[in-house]
Amino acid sequence: MSMTESQLRTNEAALIKSVCAGEREAFYDLVRPYERMIYATAIAVVKNPADAEEVAQEAVLKAFSFLSSFRAEAKFSTWLVQITYNEARMKLRKARLHLYESIDDQQQNEEGDFWPRDYADWRPIPSELLEQNEIRQAVQDAINSLNPSYREVLVLRDVQHLSIKETSTILGISEPNVKTRLHRARLLLRDRLAPGIDGSWIKGQPYRKARAW
Amino acid sequence: MATIEISCVEVWREISNYLESEISAELRERMEAHFKTCAHCTAVLDGTRNVVGLVGDGRVFQMPQGFSKRLDKKLQKLP
Repeated sequence: MSMTESQLRTNEAALIKSVCAGEREAFYDLVRPYERMIYATAIAVVKNPADAEEVAQEAVLKAFSFLSSFRAEAKFSTWLVQITYNEARMKLRKARLHLYESIDDQQQNEEGDFWPRDYADWRPIPSELLEQNEIRQAVQDAINSLNPSYREVLVLRDVQHLSIKETSTILGISEPNVKTRLHRARLLLRDRLAPGIDGSWIKGQPYRKARAW
Repeated sequence: MATIEISCVEVWREISNYLESEISAELRERMEAHFKTCAHCTAVLDGTRNVVGLVGDGRVFQMPQGFSKRLDKKLQKLP
């Protein structure tokens, strides 16, 4: 049975209280449901599994040290993702990757219209496909190929299912900006994944490459 | 009242907001009328919806083997 949002909050508030009162074991219960979320956030920024794991561990330790500063108005999951995101950005900065990324960012044109490259008619992708390693890898590669400013928005909103508002808070950008980037990210990803759905993914299903011009 | 027509470019601009239900009822109606007659925009819409479904599936980012165990170990070392 799944908990309602308010039950979850009450439950988490109780755990937080216990941890702050010195009951360290309660911290495991508090964090465990969010392990995957923390990992996915980290890998969205740093891209490789080893760095992502390191970031995730550092983020969790930081969350423990700063737990007493957590404000009950916030959502615990959002707070955790925020810490992880900051930690991951710091790691990147240390790796000096930001030089290349900031140049990349400046070349964005978020104002112009996005023109899809391909108009292939996709059949819905059967969910069992994600059981296959290659397919998961292809989706991850496509996400990784996005520019960081798009990738981060996409991961928070579409992978983690955070709201537009939460995404805007974590990334420190406006809500309209989140929507614009999300839009770009989704259409880009569609263009990048579409050629992979050429029948090699879905046997016996037609895939027709079609362009408007 | 007749629905005011909308162009493909305008539809693409709003596809993501359409999926988010972040558009007015009036715009939604215009887009839906457009999808009925435009196979290209319908393909873009379906593809985008597919992508959102794919990446939103929890299986895309699998945690490395032993991740939880190693994390627990780190936590046990806390003072």
